[in-house]
Order: sequence, then C-alpha cells, then structure tokens
Amino acid sequence: MTQLALVIDLNVCVGCHACVTSCKEWNTSGAAGPMADFNPYGADPTGTFFNRVQTFEVGEYPNTQTVHFPKSCLHCEEPPCVPVCPTGASYKRPEDGIVLVDYDKCIGCKYCSWACPYGARELDEKQRVMKKCTLCVDRIYDANLPPAERKPACVLACPTNARLFGDVHDPDSEVSRAIRERGGYTLMPEWGTQPANHYLPRRRTELAIAPEELERVDNPLKLDGKLPKPAHREPALDDVTSW
Amino acid sequence: MRPAFSVIFLTTLIGAGQGLFVALYLAALGASAGWLPEATHRFHAIGAALAVALTAAGLFASVFHLGRPERGWRAASQWRTSWLSREIIVLPLFTAGAFFYALAHGLASGDADTRFTVALGALTALAALALYVCTGMIYACLKFLQEWATPLTVINYTLLGLASGFTLATAYAAFLAPALAPFFGTGAHGLGAAAFASRAASLARNARLRPKSTPQTAIGIRHPRIVQTSMGMTGGAFNTREFFHGRTAATLRAVRWTFLMLVFPVPAALLAVGLAWEAAAPLAAAFAVQYLGLLAERWFFFAEARHPQNLYYQAVS
Repeated sequence: MTQLALVIDLNVCVGCHACVTSCKEWNTSGAAGPMADFNPYGADPTGTFFNRVQTFEVGEYPNTQTVHFPKSCLHCEEPPCVPVCPTGASYKRPEDGIVLVDYDKCIGCKYCSWACPYGARELDEKQRVMKKCTLCVDRIYDANLPPAERKPACVLACPTNARLFGDVHDPDSEVSRAIRERGGYTLMPEWGTQPANHYLPRRRTELAIAPEELERVDNPLKLDGKLPKPAHREPALDDVTSW
Repeated sequence: MRPAFSVIFLTTLIGAGQGLFVALYLAALGASAGWLPEATHRFHAIGAALAVALTAAGLFASVFHLGRPERGWRAASQWRTSWLSREIIVLPLFTAGAFFYALAHGLASGDADTRFTVALGALTALAALALYVCTGMIYACLKFLQEWATPLTVINYTLLGLASGFTLATAYAAFLAPALAPFFGTGAHGLGAAAFASRAASLARNARLRPKSTPQTAIGIRHPRIVQTSMGMTGGAFNTREFFHGRTAATLRAVRWTFLMLVFPVPAALLAVGLAWEAAAPLAAAFAVQYLGLLAERWFFFAEARHPQNLYYQAVS
C-alpha cells in the first residue's frame, strides 16, 4: 500500500516562506477554485492557506535556537477528521493515502476542523467549504509534466531542499531512508493519528577536532609535537661564526 | 473553542423539546396506569406540538452553522462513523414522532383507544433519549478535546435537557392541566439535582485536567522552553478565529457562576414557590431563567475546551 507524504527537514529550513507562496499560487489557480483572500491590503487581512511556516524560539537566552516550522495537513494514517464527517466529503484515498475533501459534497459544518488536533483544515470564506493540503494531487499524477516536476509545488519551490516527497511505506524510498537514518518523527504522537508527514530534527553542527588529527597516535620517530631545534631564541651556528 | 451560537441554540432548544416530550409521555403512561390524574387529549396534543416547535426552532438555528446548508441532506449519509450524521438522522425521526403523536392526540376523542399513541410515544421517547446520546457524543468522541472527551458530556446533555423539559412541562401544565404540575415539578427538581451533580463533576474534572499536548509534542522538540515567535502570518485566519473564545479568564468565571445560579438554584426556588402557591407565573419564570442559564452553560462548555491546535497560534507576526 502506498502512503504519499512529505518529510520536512527542520535542520535546513530557513523560514523563507517559498513553500507557502508556491502552494498558494498553484492551488489558487487550479480547477478546484480559488483560495479566497479577503481584505488583502487592509488592516485585517485573512485568507485560505494550505501551508504555513511558523517560527519558534527554543532554549534560554543566550543559548537559543530559532526553529522554522512548516505546517500543512499531515495526511494521517488514522485521520480523525475523516470518520466525523457527516457527508463523506472528507475521505482518505486507499490508493495513495492522501486525505482529501470533496468540495462538491462538503456542507461546511466545520466539524472536521474541530476533529483535527493540528489545525490543518480551514473554511474557505468564499466557497464556504473546508479546504486543506491536497499534496498537489492535481500535479503529482499529471502526465503532461516532466517526471521531475510531478511533485507538490512546495517541494519544488524549497531552495534548501528541506522538503522531501515520496512513499513512506516503501522502505527504499528517499523519504523512508531519511526518516530511518536522520531521526524522523511525527507531531503529537499522543493522539494515535499516525501522521504520514514526518519531520527531521535539528542537528548539532560543530567543528570537532580530535587530538589524533593534530598528532599521530603512534608518532614513530617522536617527531610530531617537537619544536624545531634549536629554538629561535637560542644562538645558531651563524650567530657563533659571524663575529 | 469559540462558542458557536447556532449550535448553542440548537442543543438547548432541542434538549428542552426532547425533555418536554419525555415528560408528557411519562405523564400519559402514568395516567393510563392510574397513578397520575388524566389529562385531556388537547393538553398532550398542544404539548407535543410545542416540542415539535422547539426542535424546528433548533433545526432552524443549526442552518446558520453550515457553510452550505442547501447540501444539508448529504449529512445523513455517514451514520456508520459520524455522530453528527446520526444526530441528523435521529432529530427528524424524533420530530416526526412528536408531530404524529400530537396529531393522534389532537384527532382523538375522549375515550378513544390509546394503544397506538402509547406505542408511538414510546418510540418517540426512545428517539428523544437516543438524540441526547448523539448530541453528547458529537463532542465526547473528540478525544483530544479533553474537556469534552468524557461520558459526563453525554450525561450532562441528557440530564440538562430533561431537566429543562420537565421545567417547561411544569409551567405548561400550570396553564392547561394544573393537576399534573406537581408530578412535572418533582421531576424537574429531581432531574435538576442530578444534572447539577453531573455538571459539577465535569467542572471539577476539567479543572484538574492537564493538557496531553504541549509545545514540545506539537513541534517535536524536547526542550522545556519553547516560545512561538511567529505563526506565519500577521493577519488572522480560520485557525485564529474558530478555536479561540477571545475572552478573559474573569469573563469565563463570571459565566460559570452565572449558569450555575441560573440553571440550578434559581429555577428550583421558583418551581418550589410556583408549586406551593399554585401560581403559573413563577413556573414560567423558572423555565425562562433556566433556559437563559442553559445558553450560558453551553457557551461555557465551548469556551472551556482548549483545542490543541492553539499551540500553533500563540504569537502574531
């Protein structure tokens, strides 16, 4: 069984919001209708977004780290938003695990947004239906695109390659390897939602120099670490003979 | 959570309607068994029609909750998994049952065969109780809204609805069947006391709750100090509106004490006075006060719930 998902590397995300804008650009331009903005240049702008980059400060000053944290629908393997939907508009596709909303069936009761602990669903104020990340389902299967571009818009836009896309059920996929080898984890594991999207943790980047990199352990002729002889303060042969 | 007024009116109105029907049906059963004084068919017909009117008003209020009410009929399709869908199926069943019960009593003459109305009333009363369970489970099944995820939610919805229905029945009986008012009044007192016990229990439980989700689990970083500096936008969004009540803790405390007074002791005192003096006005006031209190109770029920998604929306900029 396939479970498509994103793996987001918090170690390299620089918080540029390119994934946010490319997501909005792609998804507001599609056949599913616009992601409406209201009052965009006014005092109190609002609009529908599938993806946001948030920023957290971790630690006590001065030992703080700034963590940029992209958040979109996690396409849970046990999505709590799907069974509560009274109309069947919310569903999880069996073939690739994407959680989708049928905009033609949704009655806009907002119950699924109450049932999502991650706040991944938004009511579009124009279409009056719930919307959320589709994993660019209208893009990843588009045979008219070159195979390299059959990825979600956010993945293609990321300048630091912080977003990986693939099948987390295939143990040999790029995403599965990243999760396995780089400590991938899920959000709010306490609710048993089993999010398909994973995050890769921040890593220490320190210059570490071991002593043996400066001085060989065996040091065969006891040469390493000895100062040149004679020391530069001591008189050399030239000093003795030059008078 | 931001209190949704459409849902507040829906749940309080249908709760009172269901309770009123159950009260009327119990009175009819008691009368047929000879334990209670007989009431006229007209009393039962108008009372059941009142229950229908209350559920219709609740249904009307609920329409304002939907983004696309014209597609509302689709909501009956997912009864296998969704308590909301189950409520939307049971609600019209109850309304139809109460409607035909009213019709049957309205058309019946003095000594007509009552077996049909008794059977119909039994089914409708069952639907009323099932509807309480559905309404409560809509909230109780959301396990990460920890304030709601308890059997007390279902018990509260049931007992508060029944109590308000019995209070309404007492006031109604004072006008058309004064002999039944003591029966309804006793029921309202008993159910009110039970509702107070379960609501106080849920308040005590929720005061001791510790949120399972923390900033640490929300972003998966273990450091004890995590402060959000940006939620990714300067303006608002659905996430910042739907899940925050935007009131101070003092307001919440005031609403809590208001509903605790208006739902339980004040109506109980008014009922006692009205029954003792055999006066209708205090009984009507008891229902009015209790209904206002229930609006505050439902408002508090929503405002009290802390949605874990709020962890992601702690700082503008």
